[in-house]
Formats: sequence, structure tokens, C-alpha cells
Amino acid sequence: MPDGTGLELIAQRVRARLGESSVTGTAYYREQATLEVEPRSVRDVVTFLAREDDEPFEFLASLHGCDYYPAEPRLGVHYQLMSRARVERLNVKTRVSVEAPTVPSVVETFPGANFQEREVYDFFGVIFDGHPDLRRILMPEDYEGFPQRRDFPMGGEDVLFTFNEHKVPRWYE
Amino acid sequence: MSSRNPLDVPYRERERSITLERMGADGDEQAPQYGTEVEPDTELFTINMGPHHPATHGVLRLLLTIEGEVVRDLTPLVGYVHTGIEKSCEDQQYWKAITFVERMDYLSYYFNAMAYCMVVETLLDEEVPPRAQYLRVIHLELNRIASHLFSVGTSALDLGAMSMIFYTLRDRELILDLFEMSGGQRMHPRYFQVGGVVEDIPPGFEAKVRGFIRAMPARIDQYEAILDKNEIFLQRMRHVGVVSREQLLGLGVTGPLLRATGDPWDLRKAAPYSSYEHFDFKIPVGTVGDHYDRYRVRMAEMRESLRIVEQALDGLPEGPYITSNRKVALPPRDELATSMEALIHHFKLVTEGFRVPPGEAYVAIESPRGELGCFVVADGSAKPARVHMRDPSFVNLQSLKPMGENTLIADLIASIAMLDPILGGIDR
Repeated sequence: MPDGTGLELIAQRVRARLGESSVTGTAYYREQATLEVEPRSVRDVVTFLAREDDEPFEFLASLHGCDYYPAEPRLGVHYQLMSRARVERLNVKTRVSVEAPTVPSVVETFPGANFQEREVYDFFGVIFDGHPDLRRILMPEDYEGFPQRRDFPMGGEDVLFTFNEHKVPRWYE
Repeated sequence: MSSRNPLDVPYRERERSITLERMGADGDEQAPQYGTEVEPDTELFTINMGPHHPATHGVLRLLLTIEGEVVRDLTPLVGYVHTGIEKSCEDQQYWKAITFVERMDYLSYYFNAMAYCMVVETLLDEEVPPRAQYLRVIHLELNRIASHLFSVGTSALDLGAMSMIFYTLRDRELILDLFEMSGGQRMHPRYFQVGGVVEDIPPGFEAKVRGFIRAMPARIDQYEAILDKNEIFLQRMRHVGVVSREQLLGLGVTGPLLRATGDPWDLRKAAPYSSYEHFDFKIPVGTVGDHYDRYRVRMAEMRESLRIVEQALDGLPEGPYITSNRKVALPPRDELATSMEALIHHFKLVTEGFRVPPGEAYVAIESPRGELGCFVVADGSAKPARVHMRDPSFVNLQSLKPMGENTLIADLIASIAMLDPILGGIDR
């Protein structure tokens, strides 16, 4: 893990390269480094850190979505970057609102992000701009709503039986 | 760059029809590999493989575009056993969610519990006593052997060597008996607890594990004698499904698949957790990166795991098996009759559970299939605000396309077997 100082240096390098506004903050908690970035510059920051930085984080270990309800902006997307040479992890985090949940896709840099971006789209409705095939992956294709959002209720969904199938919306599809 | 919502498109139009272009005369299509009798103008045919195919290791559905016997394109379609475990965890207290996460990857349940417990311990800044760390290592490595045994057995079954599955399941049974002895259940024992393990190993457990360690190397020798000298097995494994190391890394693939290409990447060595730095073991790697190397890596890992278990038993430290922090771990049963404080702690832990200060953390461990990561967001309450598992099966599944494209359908079966996907982990 980069320590607190290392994290600030990374933030400085990103700011110097991609503009002052690209990084909105840093957080160092429980020895884990988090770089908070603007949603629109996510791809540039991640690509810069993976390819061009002096101390690159060349491996995307994971990608998560989460919902910070009731805080605004609600949705968060986390990119767990890793440097296999130095065995360091860096969490790049961005926040988007429910109204405009668009984040640039990183599939071009990391082809492995394909499934995980689809998963985040599936569960949180974050739209990854430039993703080659943004469809639901785990939920059925005709599912309505984004079930991992915090305001999505657990249970309470209509179960399709013969007697009520005509009442369930879009049952014919 | 289009930013329109894919859901605006009607469902019927969204459903893609995966049909490749015919093999054109322009020459940029790849030439057929298998025999010259394949007509360049053969019709492409799109069929389903699965979800109820016995050789897809669970409810994995593949949409294949085949040209005769050759797979030209494949798309994995998953989600058939999605049960919303991550959503359910958000409604459970931290210590109750362990039961849920164990059900994700149902062949390596100790690893799921380990990743989850480690991330909660990170958020709580809680130390795990050395004895608990060693006990965890013993169970993790036994679980790794059980998982690899199942993988090798079912792979051989898919390739026609049916007797292997009976032999490997016989040995897996011994491990499950050990789990039953220590945790009370054969599968999903919920033995790992935040801060340690639920209880100490019972008397006689060590002797039984040592007996298993003595017997197992000879068994592995027997399996290798069955498979490594089997001409059919070798022909179907060697030089099949080779994917380059760079491509695997780009796809985020870890675990035996990556190690088979000669990349000694193992989180147990690279970023040791739970006292793995105390043990002497090697990381088996392959050279070519074909199915045979993947199989060999798994066999060699079982031997290394046996060595780790033996060392952990030899060096098992004395001391508590769970943290003494009463705010996190239940007080011992005998204290309840005499100590008011213990009673209060017990009551608070069982009714409300412990609270975790707000924050978020990601912890990754090396599961039998690769990097198993757990990401938890805590909002200060007694229930996690978000639990996400980076399941290695889910990420590794993306390598099935480069592995299985332009191979025979029969080789695709071997690819799925060597990928070793657990659909419970993929769909969660």
C-alpha cells in the first residue's frame, strides 16, 4: 500500500498531468489509500496510473459499485488498482448522482473490467460510457430497476402464476 | 461515444442475435484450423450449451456459434443462480452475514468467510490471535485441497475418465469429515468468526489431520499415475486452450490459470496474510499455459497445501482462539453465570451485534481460483451498507472466450473444466 505521503504524491502527479480538478480528494483509512476523482476524468486517471505514471498500477484487481444513500451524490464506483511489482493497492473512487449516472468506461485499458462494469450497471444503474456491450449480466434482461440501490426494497416482487400473468406488466415478453 | 441508456431500447431489439459473418473471401477471417475438409462457406449455427448441461459445472449457459464441430464464437450467459446474497447481507448484522457469504462459492466456503472476516477486522482494526490465524490456515488449506480434488475429478469426468471422480470424492470426503469435526458441519460450517474462529479444534482433530497428510501424497501419486499416463487425457490437455499471459492479465485473470503461464503470482506469498509468511511453501507454475499445465499446477498446489497444513500443525501456538475484545467476540460460556458484564456483552452482541465505524475497505486473499476480494462499506451501524465479493470465477470466466474460440466443442468442454468456474460464486 502506498502510505499517506505516497498517496499525496500520486495525487500531485495526477493533478499535474490531468488538471487540478481531476482529483477531488484523498483518503487514507486503515492503511488503505483512496484517490477520489471526478467522474468524467476516471478513464484518464486510471489509464494514466496504469500506463504512464512512474510507479504504475498496471493491474485492475476489482471494480465495485456502492450506494451511499442518503449522502449525495449517491452512487460510488471503486477501481481497485494494483501494482504487482511493488504489491501495492490503490483505490480510485468516484461518485455520481442518480440523475446523471454516467462514468467513462475503462474497458479499453482493462478488458477485464467488461463483466464487472456490466455488474455495476446491472445493480446500480451506473452507465459506463463507451462500454462495448452494456447489458444486464446477472439479473434478467427485462428486469426493471436497480436492485442493489439502498432504496430498492427487499422482497415484495410479484411472482408470476397462471392466474395473474396477464396483470403483471409486460408479461408477454 | 453514446451515452444513451440501453434500457430505452425495447427488450426484443436489445436481445442480440449472435451470428457471425460467413467466412468471406476477403481473407481477414481466420482460416479453419481443423482439417481442410471444412468448407469456407459452411453455414454458421448458433446453439445453446447449457444451462443444464452436465459438463458446464453448474448452470452456465454458453451461446455458441459453431461451424461444424469448431466453435467460432461464444458468449457466456450467467445469472441463473443469482440469489441476491450481497443484497441480503445488507439486511444482516456483521456476524450473521458470514453465513450468507459462505454460500457464494460453495466449494471454497472457508475462503469466502475468510475474506469477509478479514475485511471486517480491518474496518474494526481488530487483531486476530496467532492461534486463530494458524487454525484458519489449516482449514483454508484443507479447503483448497478439497476444492482442487473436486476440480480435478470433475475435469477427468468430463474428459471421459470416470473413475477419477470416485477417487477424488473419496478423499474429499475425508476432508469434509475433518470439517465436521472442527466446525460441526461438512459444508458451510461458519467456523471463521470476526476476530478468530468459533471454537478451538477438538481433541483428536490433530491426529486425524496428520493421518490425512500421511495418506494423501500417495493418493496424489495414484491420481497422477491414472491421468499422466493416459494417452487420451494427455492428447486432450496438451497444447489446448493456450492463452498468453499478457491477455490473461488484461482480463484480470488470477489463480492457477495465471500461474500455468509461468507467472508466480500468489497473494499468499506476495502479500502474506494470516501468518502465511511463517510457512515454507512453493508456488507451482507452468511453462506453456495449456490445459495440461493448469491441471499440473492444481496437482502440485495440493502437495504444497499439505506441507502448509503440516507446518501449521507443528507450529500451532498456544493461546486464545478468538480475540478477547468483548465488544466483538462473544464471552466464554462459563463467564455468563458469574459475570454481569459478560452477560451484558453477550446480550448486546446477540441482539444488536457489534457496530463498525464508518469507512470502506477492500481485502483480497488467494482462493483456489484466484484473487478473492471482499469490499465492505460500513456506515456506523451494526449492518454493512455494502458487501461486494470480487469472485475469481466471475472475472476468470471472461477468459473462456479466448480459450475456447476456434477450438473443437470437445476442447471447449476441457476449457470449462480447467477454468473451474463455480456458478454460485459467479452469480452470487
